[in-house]
Amino acid sequence: MTALVALSLLVPIVAGTALALANVAERRRAAAVVAVGAALASLVLLAVVLARTGRGRTVVWWGDWPPRGRVVGIDFAIDGLGAGLALYVMVLALPALLMAGYAIRASAQLFYGVCLVFVAAMVGYCLTGDLFDLFVFFELMSVAAYVLVGYEVRQRAPLEGALTFAITNGVGSILLLFGIALLYGKTGALNLAQIGRALHEVGPSGLVYVAFALVATGLLVKAAVVPFHFWTADAYGVAPTPVLILLAGVFSELGLYGFARVFWTVFEPALAAHHDAVRAIFVVLGVATGLLGAALALAQHHLRRMLAFVVVSQIGLFLVGIALLSADGLAGTAIFVVGDGFAKAALFICVGVVQHRYDAIEERTLHGRARALRPLAVVYLIAALTVADLPPFGTFLGKALVEDAALSAPGWAWVPAVMALISALAAGALLRAGLRVFGGVGEPAPRDERFAPREEDAARSDEADVAVGVPAAIAAVLVLAALVWGLVPGLAQAVTDAAARFIDPAGYAAAVLGGGVGASTPAVPAVRGPGVTAYLYAAATLAGAAAVAALGVAGRRLPAAAARAVDAVRALHSGHAGDYVAWTAGGAAALAGLFALTLR
Amino acid sequence: MTVLPYLVAGWLLVVGLWGVITSRQLVHQVVCLTVVQSSTYVLLLAVGYRTGGYAPIVSSSVPPSSPFVDPIVQALALTDVVVEATVVAVLLALTVQAHKRFGTADPDRLGELSG
Repeated sequence: MTALVALSLLVPIVAGTALALANVAERRRAAAVVAVGAALASLVLLAVVLARTGRGRTVVWWGDWPPRGRVVGIDFAIDGLGAGLALYVMVLALPALLMAGYAIRASAQLFYGVCLVFVAAMVGYCLTGDLFDLFVFFELMSVAAYVLVGYEVRQRAPLEGALTFAITNGVGSILLLFGIALLYGKTGALNLAQIGRALHEVGPSGLVYVAFALVATGLLVKAAVVPFHFWTADAYGVAPTPVLILLAGVFSELGLYGFARVFWTVFEPALAAHHDAVRAIFVVLGVATGLLGAALALAQHHLRRMLAFVVVSQIGLFLVGIALLSADGLAGTAIFVVGDGFAKAALFICVGVVQHRYDAIEERTLHGRARALRPLAVVYLIAALTVADLPPFGTFLGKALVEDAALSAPGWAWVPAVMALISALAAGALLRAGLRVFGGVGEPAPRDERFAPREEDAARSDEADVAVGVPAAIAAVLVLAALVWGLVPGLAQAVTDAAARFIDPAGYAAAVLGGGVGASTPAVPAVRGPGVTAYLYAAATLAGAAAVAALGVAGRRLPAAAARAVDAVRALHSGHAGDYVAWTAGGAAALAGLFALTLR
Repeated sequence: MTVLPYLVAGWLLVVGLWGVITSRQLVHQVVCLTVVQSSTYVLLLAVGYRTGGYAPIVSSSVPPSSPFVDPIVQALALTDVVVEATVVAVLLALTVQAHKRFGTADPDRLGELSG
């Protein structure tokens, strides 16, 4: 087992390094074969790891240093959700690497190399059981992402986007490390389970709140939760399409996964009496993120930035599901993340193809120009409807579980309605843009002075004759995957089992450290299939999305006051990394203050 | 063990963040980021320090059962330095590209993205 886990990481890292080192010889085809082969090998290994872990946990102590009284070694503590997410990373790596063959012109070999290191770091991040190790994988995947986002460094926008992305997220990871150092100072431990036990003994204190706020900030910057989301549109608006498949599909979500993992292993044992306060803070934060993302997506006419804000709105929904602090909420989110990730990857491919073919990215300039791309239009439409909960896609199954979790949590019964509203607004924006770009329906979008084309961008129209067939096929397969994901028999129950184990700190600590009380199997709620309410919410979401799209296409504007408010919020996204860092620092301070006020 | 190193770490964090927030020159901004990074180095070393402790190297000249400073945080600080140096290298490489291709290291003049 140790060898399997080690190889699942080592194969992509070694292959990636070799590809990067051998960059002198431009052998695109060979590089693509090596990269896809390495990703496939890792995928198979991770599938075996997941199958063998099954309903238990796999703990691997590197260098054979198991705990003898106290922890000296570093472990991977693998459970169903962690291994499943790692597997999903590798599944998404395949379309990303395949798309790279079409979208990346310069130094493709280097690109494949960095991409493999990127996914390997994400896998390590999903599996590790050590807080500092988590930080190192977090930084490795972040640095790889900075490089990948700024890969088209010859153009102004990607360069600027990568700089903003790197500075903002760099500050986030420093805050995370600061929190980790405080925790080590308090507990003398780096192992997640051991910190959890130590904090359980000493109980909450001012230092714990500050550490929790810093760690949460670091991870939520990655996840793009309000008010840490500002970098998202700048980075996602400029990254190459293959990178976006991974960024939008799983990268942001990994921030939330890290948050959930650290909360449930490190902080929950000390804060067990404060579930209500934690739930309130993060559900509200999730709802705010969802509403803001959806509103800004509606206000955008730059297709990629619009998609970026759709990503933010969905992150809000994921945070709500995690913050309900229940097994079915978490399980629903896990299913939702995967279904939604496939759909968003497909959407980014569609937009990328349109952008490259017509050398434009604005709704207004593209109005009706993509009429000829029928198959792509169909894929785009289905993917947009998937975001709007179309049964029986994976998003519908996942959201139904989250809705059930919210309805059974006293005081949170209003959440599903707001979630439906968020999805309707976000999907409405997607549909509106699709109708205009692929169908030429209705009035052209209003002009947006922020994105008047520059001369140097207008000059790079030499690749207008891009292939549509292969990217469209990849996007179609991704949408199909989102559909199949929702139809896997027994999926909801299996993921709920895994989620119940995920939110069981005592069981986690017992598996990692041995001993301890309460090492019993956790209670797993029995899950029903999506009921009538789920279909009603889905129908409402779909109808809402259609209405929003129809109003948008008809050229309906917001009332003046609302338009001014949206404009003011848009102006906050100034493109200056400094401003975004100010929001990050302020948000961290606000979180620490909130914790100190409410968790006592 | 005094509280001074913790104050220094906190100060470096705050003053570095202030620099990143207010800077309008990319090289300056990246250097400010390294100041923020240094706060974690100081904090880590402060956490592991023991007054009167020996360097964590076990040899015959050190009496047994004498106190050591914590070697783990030193390893962490070292790893941290490497990791953060990578981030700074990427940022400076991008800055060089910005200056080379667009003749500016001012994020305002580079500014194409907003809203």
